[in-house]
Amino acid sequence: MCGNEALAEAAIIAGCDAYFGYPITPQNEITAYMSKRMPEEDRVFVQSESELAAINMVFGASATGKRTMTTSSSPGISLMQEGISYLAGAELPAVIVNVMRGGPGLGNIAPSQGDYFQATRGGGHGDYRTIVLGPSTVQELVDCMPLAFDLADQYQIPVVVLADGILGQMMEPIVLDKKPRRELPPKDWALTGAKDREQNIVRSLWLPEGALEEHNYKLQAKYEQIQKDEVLCEQYALDDAEIVVVAYGVAARIVRSAVNQARKEGIKAGWIRPITLWPFPTEQIAKAADELSIFLVVEMSMGQMVEDVKLAVAGKTPVLFYGRPGGGVPTVSQVLERIKQLTIPPKKQ
Amino acid sequence: MTTNGFYEEIIIAGFGGQGILLTGRLLAQTAMKQGLEVTYMPSYGAEVRGGTANCMVIIADEPIASPLVDRPDSLIVMNKASLNKFAPRLKNGGLLIMNSSLIDTKPKLDDSIEIIAVPVDEIAVELGEKRAANMVAIGAYLQKRGSLSPDAAAACLAETIAKRHHKTLPVNTEALHRGAEFTKDNE
Repeated sequence: MCGNEALAEAAIIAGCDAYFGYPITPQNEITAYMSKRMPEEDRVFVQSESELAAINMVFGASATGKRTMTTSSSPGISLMQEGISYLAGAELPAVIVNVMRGGPGLGNIAPSQGDYFQATRGGGHGDYRTIVLGPSTVQELVDCMPLAFDLADQYQIPVVVLADGILGQMMEPIVLDKKPRRELPPKDWALTGAKDREQNIVRSLWLPEGALEEHNYKLQAKYEQIQKDEVLCEQYALDDAEIVVVAYGVAARIVRSAVNQARKEGIKAGWIRPITLWPFPTEQIAKAADELSIFLVVEMSMGQMVEDVKLAVAGKTPVLFYGRPGGGVPTVSQVLERIKQLTIPPKKQ
Repeated sequence: MTTNGFYEEIIIAGFGGQGILLTGRLLAQTAMKQGLEVTYMPSYGAEVRGGTANCMVIIADEPIASPLVDRPDSLIVMNKASLNKFAPRLKNGGLLIMNSSLIDTKPKLDDSIEIIAVPVDEIAVELGEKRAANMVAIGAYLQKRGSLSPDAAAACLAETIAKRHHKTLPVNTEALHRGAEFTKDNE
């Protein structure tokens, strides 16, 4: 199974009731897999006529209380932004997988991390956030799916799984976990037919004076709760590190190889890998910045997450960047080279 | 990168249609069945017959960080274009398996690199299935590298090849063994 197929099966195990999608490389295996497996499970599969249709079908299915998802790649995710904003406004749970490719525009089909800003800043119009998960192995991608559905249901929020072409296409051994997970609140807001109960209303339109402001404060309180409770990140060898490399997703695997090599050569390097990209592990990075001399951020872009790292470090220590855009993937030796350049003299200023 | 334990990085490359990706998947499946860590990364988007295809496989006895292969320990090339593209990236002390049916010249590489030139197309034609050339090549590789046996790979063919092609299992198994024998006979 490639990463795309593995995440699709994991979504089915996680109880995805309905999948809506429109084909785009490098995530076509998801749609193809779902077209076969969802009917076998007697669940809903629709290949929509466009990405716009897909995300609005997700809106509809979610409003009825069903677990639902869509998947696409960068240009297709851009088309879905209006719908994602509506989901956020109406407080509907949904899972959206973005198997990122090179941009801007139609770009190419090579792996990329160029959609970090779009994913972590909401992406569509209005004052909202989505939870964003950035897995770095196929196993983690698989484990992300039940977590994404649970987070979506618990907080009534769209959850974005931010993968890339490498993770979607590559294969590695995985274990599909079927254990039960979080206890979730009942979906008493869902549109299930109002016989013998008060009418439920799902909406993102709040016209009366002050109503939308109130609604936004409510959303904000939810976002603050998520920032407090749901941050996930992994770190390695920070105790004596003189340089810490921050990366997520596939870039973090390249960094891991480079840091291992640097350690063998006697360089005191460590790494931090955000797993949730929003909420961002600001505290963990701020804490590391109190003790460390230099940060290097590595991305498959011209520098997006680096801004969040800089916000967390808050000027306490230098934050440098290395990245390659448009489908370029930093190599282990390129990252190692940067680590070496930075660890030879310039230390705390 | 290398470690103290077992860590083998492989690139397999050739024309689309030569079974490059299938070969990589067979290698990955075999390694997984032996309880090893493995990653498989295909080139994607251009795997049409006649285009170029390649894949990167890493087999190790410890978790694998980067799945991308910068400098392979072993390279299996099925055509000349792939040889020209990837041979300069081979590590010193590495192994090159090349399809001498399509590559007529020995490449100029570091003396520490071992080259095994296998006429994989001729051998496959002898077996009556030209498309089994990829299995001859991987058989030659497995015999040389020893970490996974040609028999272990043959045992994984059924789960790697799509069911509709299962009538080719015997000839593919035979091709694997012929590749292995070629290496043995030329050592």
